[in-house]
Amino acid sequence: MSKTENENIEIELLLEAIFQKYGYDFRQYARASIKRRIMHRLAVTKLKSISEMLEKVLYDVNFFETLLLDLSVNVTEMFRDPLFFKVLRKEVIPVLKTYPFLKIWHAGCATGEEVYSFAIILKEEGLYDKAQIYATDFNEVILHKAKQGIISLDQIKQYTMNYQKAGGKESFANYYTAKYNSVLIDQSLKKNIVFSDHNLATDGVFGEMNLIMCRNTLIYFRKELQNRAIGLFKESLCHLGFLCLGTKESLMFSEYEKDFEPVEKKAKIFRRIN
Amino acid sequence: MDKIDCEIIVIGVSAGGLEAMRKIIPKLPAGFPCPIAIVQHLHPQSDDFLVTDLNSRSQVTVKQADEKESLKPGFVYFASSNYHLLIENDKTFSLSVCALVNFARPAIDVLFETAAEAFKEKTLGIVLTGANHDGSQGAKKIKEYGGKIIVQDPETAEVDVMPRSTIEATDVDYVMDLEEIVHFLLNEI
Repeated sequence: MSKTENENIEIELLLEAIFQKYGYDFRQYARASIKRRIMHRLAVTKLKSISEMLEKVLYDVNFFETLLLDLSVNVTEMFRDPLFFKVLRKEVIPVLKTYPFLKIWHAGCATGEEVYSFAIILKEEGLYDKAQIYATDFNEVILHKAKQGIISLDQIKQYTMNYQKAGGKESFANYYTAKYNSVLIDQSLKKNIVFSDHNLATDGVFGEMNLIMCRNTLIYFRKELQNRAIGLFKESLCHLGFLCLGTKESLMFSEYEKDFEPVEKKAKIFRRIN
Repeated sequence: MDKIDCEIIVIGVSAGGLEAMRKIIPKLPAGFPCPIAIVQHLHPQSDDFLVTDLNSRSQVTVKQADEKESLKPGFVYFASSNYHLLIENDKTFSLSVCALVNFARPAIDVLFETAAEAFKEKTLGIVLTGANHDGSQGAKKIKEYGGKIIVQDPETAEVDVMPRSTIEATDVDYVMDLEEIVHFLLNEI
């Protein structure tokens, strides 16, 4: 069907235009998901074709900002995969307790739910005050949202369940105040968090970290870009630093697999050994 | 009837799916000539019991689809709970945690639509028992690309909403009960 072939060409051109004009590089992102999101925006705006969208991207910055939100995956949860957080508490926290000072990087933090989840654990384990936490994302609108720490009220039930399953030690209600239809995260959790702009596709190494968390971002990358990101993580970790990936992610497609050893296979927690 | 020239079978199943899966998958011979990818709606924190259990009952290899994994004959791939399952043009799987589609993640429409894009007319979609409308738009897309659709006979489905909504959404090729579907897979693929 030539329509699909044309669409695929148009998508390549669109991603190239976005890169050249705005510097955001989606060219090494897996296509099926990117295409779904572009087609969704196309349907919503009633543009006739992706070529028409290309013109709009070049000449209408506001439209580009909207499309950029579509292209970044902003779906996240507090204590998503409670088992992961449980293992983190049991296997990783005791090691972190032996360090005088901690540097932690949440790469691709989206709206920050995972950053706050881990901050809660650090607080409960008495580690928060010696931690410097960096939360990065390439999308500044999303980053701004992360900074505010507002989550929607209808998620609280799920998050509370997740928190308990993850081995939470307090009442989850201690960590938020409900206000109208949204919920404000305990603002003291923000004290040691720096939110900043960083793009795994184009930016460089980020400090000497003790732990890097990047969950469910690599699944959107093609092999080459996964390799780049994992290389960045390796360079940004101190010796024996921890790397936490999403439950369906692996180091398999990178040349750095041998530089890490699994701490716990199912939870996808690794340690840099080289 | 000539055998169908098919390179991918995608199956969508929801409420009542466990029994349906147990009636179909264990009947397939080892080395079944076409890869099968399945979205079954599950609770977001389900473990891999279904996959392990089905694999122990089957001659084909039943597993969860991994990201970047190539699709191979003789394998039945299930979408993991809480991830959408997509097929790339290079005939590998990709995963996503994007927003729910039809209140579901994994969503049948996402798998069906991306399968249609990648395999075009060589796609066979099967919609089984289920209590929502997921799968109907994906089935429509498979038909647009010249693929084929089988729907479980609503009269025989444990929950008939999903089969009926697919029949309403597009011109399906076959309406069959589970035994006829097994017979079809064994003889026409």
